[in-house]
Amino acid sequence: MNKNLLTKTILIIGVLVVFLFGVFGIPSSFSGAGLSQALQKRIHLGLDLKGGTHLILQVQVNDAVNADTDRDIERLKDALKGANIAFGEVTKPDPQNHPELIAIKGVPPEATGDLRRVITDKFPDYDLTSGAQNAWSMSLKPAIVADTKTKAVQQAIETIRNRIDQLGVSEPVIQEHGLGDYQILVQLPGVDDPARVKEIMQSTALLEIRLVKGGPFPSEDAAMQANNGVLPPDTVLLKGYSGSHGQDNTSEEEAYWLVSRISAVSGSDLRSADAGTDENGRPDVNFTLTNEGGRRFGAFTGAHVGEKLAVVLDNRVKSVATIQEQIRDSGRITGAFTQQETSDLALTLRSGALPAGIKYLQEVTVGPSLGADSIREGVRAAVIGFVVVMIFMLVYYRAAGINADLGLTLNLIILLGFLGFSGATLTLPGIAGVILTVGMGVDSNVLIFERIREELRHGKTPSSAVDQGFAHAWRTIFDTHVTTIVSAVILFLFGTGPVKGFAVTLSFGLAANLFTSVFVSRVIFEAVLNRHQRGQALSI
Amino acid sequence: MEFFRDTNIDFLGKKWYFLAFSLIFSVAGLCSIFFWHGIPLGVEFRGGTLVYLKFEQTPNLDQIRHDLDRAGLHDPRIQRFGQTADNEVLVDLGLKETSEAALDKGKNTIIHALETPGETRQDLNNTGESSLEQWLIQKDPLHLGTDANQRYADIAHKIEDFRNKERGGILTSVDELKAVVPPEVVSALSQDFYTSGFVVRNVEIVGPQVGSQLRAQAIRATIYSLAGMLVYLWFRFELIYGIGAVVACFHDTIITIGFFSLLDKEISLTVIAAILTLIGYSMNDTIVVFDRIRENLKLLRREPLANIVNRSINQTLSRTILTSGLTFLTVLSLYIFGGEVLRGFSLALVIGILIGTYSSIAVAAPMLVAYQDWRARRMGQLVTEKAIATQQRGGANKASAKVKIKA
Repeated sequence: MNKNLLTKTILIIGVLVVFLFGVFGIPSSFSGAGLSQALQKRIHLGLDLKGGTHLILQVQVNDAVNADTDRDIERLKDALKGANIAFGEVTKPDPQNHPELIAIKGVPPEATGDLRRVITDKFPDYDLTSGAQNAWSMSLKPAIVADTKTKAVQQAIETIRNRIDQLGVSEPVIQEHGLGDYQILVQLPGVDDPARVKEIMQSTALLEIRLVKGGPFPSEDAAMQANNGVLPPDTVLLKGYSGSHGQDNTSEEEAYWLVSRISAVSGSDLRSADAGTDENGRPDVNFTLTNEGGRRFGAFTGAHVGEKLAVVLDNRVKSVATIQEQIRDSGRITGAFTQQETSDLALTLRSGALPAGIKYLQEVTVGPSLGADSIREGVRAAVIGFVVVMIFMLVYYRAAGINADLGLTLNLIILLGFLGFSGATLTLPGIAGVILTVGMGVDSNVLIFERIREELRHGKTPSSAVDQGFAHAWRTIFDTHVTTIVSAVILFLFGTGPVKGFAVTLSFGLAANLFTSVFVSRVIFEAVLNRHQRGQALSI
Repeated sequence: MEFFRDTNIDFLGKKWYFLAFSLIFSVAGLCSIFFWHGIPLGVEFRGGTLVYLKFEQTPNLDQIRHDLDRAGLHDPRIQRFGQTADNEVLVDLGLKETSEAALDKGKNTIIHALETPGETRQDLNNTGESSLEQWLIQKDPLHLGTDANQRYADIAHKIEDFRNKERGGILTSVDELKAVVPPEVVSALSQDFYTSGFVVRNVEIVGPQVGSQLRAQAIRATIYSLAGMLVYLWFRFELIYGIGAVVACFHDTIITIGFFSLLDKEISLTVIAAILTLIGYSMNDTIVVFDRIRENLKLLRREPLANIVNRSINQTLSRTILTSGLTFLTVLSLYIFGGEVLRGFSLALVIGILIGTYSSIAVAAPMLVAYQDWRARRMGQLVTEKAIATQQRGGANKASAKVKIKA
C-alpha cells in the first residue's frame, strides 16, 4: 500500500480510537449494559433529559442600598447632635425607588457651613445638595451605589451556593445571568420538587437579638395605646411569637412586641448554628458566637439581667426569653418548629444572611419521567433518521455509499466523543442537532459524489474525476459549513440551556463533518482506487 | 441510479409562477399574523404558568376545570396533549396568575386542587427523590439505626427509577413497590403516603420580566444572524448576491412564521432556534447555486445571464434535491418519532427545509437576474442619455459606452 496512504489510514484509526474513548471512557465490560453505563457516565445530560429545576431569580439590590443608608441615617443623627447642629427630620423620601436619597429638614441657615463640613468629613460617599426652606438632600454617589449593587449580587451568589452545597445537590449551576439586571441563574439537576430548596434559597436569614422594651400586645393599636400613641425613641414594633405554643406545637399565636431598634448581636456574629432539641424534647436551634460577638453579648446580658431579650429572625420575633444571668457566647432559638424546619434554619444561618431579598422570575421543572421519555424518543428518532440516510446512500451511490456511511458513522463517534471530552451538556434539542448533523453532513458527500459523477460523464478517468470532485466541492463545503456554524454560534450566545445544547452539537457535528467528508472520504477513495485494476470503473 | 441527469428546465422562465406562489403563502401568513391568530407565542415569551400533568385514567377535562375553578383559578386553558393513550393534560394559566410576588402560586394551586381531598398523607407520585430519602432516613422502617443513609439513598433511587422508567411516572398504589423494595418499607410508606392519580411531568413558569427579555433577545439574535450572513456573503461574492440571499432567507422566515400562525402552533424558544438554523440552511442552498453561477460566469462569458443562471440551477438540481430530500427525511423522522417536546421545533424545520430549498431557486436566483437586468438597462439608459447629450453638444469627446456585467 502507498506509504502516504498508510499514514493517513493510521491517523484515521487513531482519531477513531481517541474519540471512542471520549464517548465511553474505559468501560467496565464490553457488553451492552457495560457500554451503556459507561456512556451514561461520560455524557452530561441536560436538565430536560435528566429532570431537574431551572430557576432565574433577581436580587432586590435596592434592599442592600437601603440597609446602608439606614445605617448612615443613624450615624448622621449622632454626628449632627455631636456637632450641635439643629435639625428637624431625617428621612428617606422614596426608599422603594431611590434608596440612595436621604432628606434632612429643618436645618437653620447659619448651620450651613457646619453641615457641609460634617458631611465632607464624615460622609464622603455622599453628595450634598440644598433644597428649599432649610431642607437638604444627601445622595450616595452613583459609583458607590453601583458598587453596592454589584457586591450584593456577588454575595447573594456565594450565600446561595453555600446553602445549596449543604443541601447536597449534585453539580448545581449558580451564576450571574443576563445583562445588568441583577439576575442569577440556578440549575438544580435531579431536584424535581423545588419548594423546599426555593424556600431555603430565599430566606434572608437575618438573625438579630434585641432588648424587649414592652409587650406582648395583642394588636398594633393596643401597643400604641399603651405607649400613649407614640413609640418611645429607638424602638420598633415587631410581630411575632406570643409566648404560647399551640396544642400540637406547630402553630403560634401572634402578638406584637416593642423591641429596641438596634440589635445587640446579629447574624454576622455567629460562629455556627446547629439543630437540636430543648429540655422538653422540642426541636430548636443552638448557635454559638464569635469572640467579638460573645464579648458584646456578655456585656449586653450582664447589663440587662432580669429583662427580656427577643430573638428576631427576618424582622419577626421568633422567641423571647428572660435574661437570667450574663450569657457569653451561645444561645438558643426555640419556637414552633418541626425537625425539618430547625435543620433548614440552622443551614441558612450557617451560610450567612442574604444581603438583599430575592424574587423568582422564572421556574422550569422537568420531571424525571418526562426526561426518560424524551431520551427514548430522541434517540429513537435519531436512529431511524440515521438508518434511512445510510440505506439511501447505499442504494443511490452503490459502493461509494459505503464510503459515505463509514464517514457518517465516524462523524457520529467524533461528535459524541467531543461531548464526552468537553463535558458539554446534551439536551433534547442537542439530540435533534445530532439528527440535523447527519442530514447536513451527508450533503458534503452528495456534493462531492455528484461532482465526481459529472466528471466521469465528461470522460475523465476515475482517479482524475475523484481529484476534480474534491477540488471543486471543497470551496462550497467550506462555505456552507461556516455559515451554519456562524448561525450556531449566534444561537449559543443568545440561547438558554436547551438551545445552547443544540448549538453545541450542531457545531461539533459540522466541524467533525469537515474532517470526515473531505479527509476520510478521500482516503477511502484512494484506497479503493489503489486496488483497482487498470481501467476498472468506479462504483458510484 | 440517478435521478436528475441532464435536466434542462427553464426555471427563470417560470419566475412569475414562483412569485405568485410565494406571494400567496406570504400574504396568507401575514394576514393570519395580523388579523387571525396573531403570532402564537410560547410561554417563555408571553409569561404565564404551564403545568403538564399525566393522569392514570382518562382525564375528565370538565372535572378538572371545575376543581380549578373552586380553587380560585377561573380562566385556565386546559387541553389534551400528546397521544390519547398517554392521558396527558396541559393546564395553561395566563400572566395574571403569574406575578413575581409569588411566582409559583398558580402551580401550587393547581396541584392542591387536584389532590384527593381530605387526604392528609403525602402524594407518592409527586414526591422527589431527595424528599423520599429524607423521609426514609427519619422513619427508618428497616431499623438500621444511624448509619443507614446510603442504604436509604439506594432505596429512594430504586423507587423513583421504578416509578419513572417502568410506570411512566404514575404508581397506581403504594403496593406496586413490593416488587422492588422490602415489605417493611412498603407498609411504612402506606402509612404516610398515598398515590393520587396524577403526576406533574413538567412545569414552566415565566414571570413578565423574563418574558419580555427573551422576546427582545430572540429578535436580536435573528437580526444578527441575517446581518452576519449578509456580511459574509458580501465578502465572498458581491453585495447583490448577499442581498438576494438575505431576501430569500427573510422570505423563508416570514412563510414559516406564517405557517405557525395559520396552524395556531406556538413559537417557543426552540422554534426560534429552528428558524435560525433554517436561515443557515437556506443560506447553504443559495450558496451552492451561487457558487455554480459564479463558476459558469467565468466559463460561459458570452451567454446572457438568464441562460447561465438556468444552466447553473439545472446542474446543481441533482445535489439540491438530494440533500434537501435527505435532510428532510431526517427531520421528518424527528417530527414523527421525536416526541411531543420537540414537535414545534421539528415542524419549523420540516417547513423550513422545503421552503429554503425552494427559495434558492425561486427567489434568490431570479432576484439576481432581475437586478443585473435592471442595472444593465440603467447603464444602457445612462449611456444613451450621455450619448445624446454629447451629440447635442456636438462634442468631440466620445463617451465610451462600456456596458459591463460584473462577474
